[in-house]
Amino acid sequence: MAEGVKPRVKAPKSASAGEVVTIKTLISHPMESGQRKDSSGNKVPRSIINRFTCDFNGQSVIDVTMEPAISTNPYFEFEATVPEAGDFKFTWYDDDGSVYEETKSVAMA
Amino acid sequence: MSFTRRDTLAIGLGAAALTVLPFRVSAAAEDAIAAFTGGADMADSGVELTAPEIAENGNTVPISVSAEGASAIIVLATGNPTPGVAEFKFGELAGSTAASTRMRLAGTQDVLAIAKLADGSFARASKTVKVTIGGCGG
Repeated sequence: MAEGVKPRVKAPKSASAGEVVTIKTLISHPMESGQRKDSSGNKVPRSIINRFTCDFNGQSVIDVTMEPAISTNPYFEFEATVPEAGDFKFTWYDDDGSVYEETKSVAMA
Repeated sequence: MSFTRRDTLAIGLGAAALTVLPFRVSAAAEDAIAAFTGGADMADSGVELTAPEIAENGNTVPISVSAEGASAIIVLATGNPTPGVAEFKFGELAGSTAASTRMRLAGTQDVLAIAKLADGSFARASKTVKVTIGGCGG
């Protein structure tokens, strides 16, 4: 598991039914591309987060497949429809099998 | 400074090579496109790709893609060692079929976005991004 991985999500705490909200996510991760070489000329092995998903009450909002060309500390901004009160669940899948999760609750305004 | 006939020819050839080079699409990128579209034709409108014209730092280039009614959008960096960047699949609760992220670019190149539209057709958009410092660490 990569060190110091910390997910951060910005989502509204409340919304009206059917409202479209903007969600911003950032997760601290080195996203080692597998292209870099260390000081002795050996390739640094690839270690990235390869998938990110966002669900709301079990229904999919977005599913992103990531390649090494995504920057360090991968950032995503997208929009979601909130049909009812519930929880956004954010999941990041690391190359090494680790899974990082974050949940944000949304109340009805 | 005066140009000889030979100089003028050389300059002309150099300029021609420069304009052609950034528009080449690598074989790996072609494969990635074929894998996504299955070889189908792509329309030139219907997908929007926003990227800076000049990126000072190739390590983090902000981009955003959007396509009305798309079910999936892929982003390719045709000049990177591996052309794939990301594939966005939009679920039933997606508020809009648009997303933003930050990507790495190895050097000045074309960035390509291909969207799979609701009717099963494909649309593409490309944008040339000039990169001052490449983002692959080399």
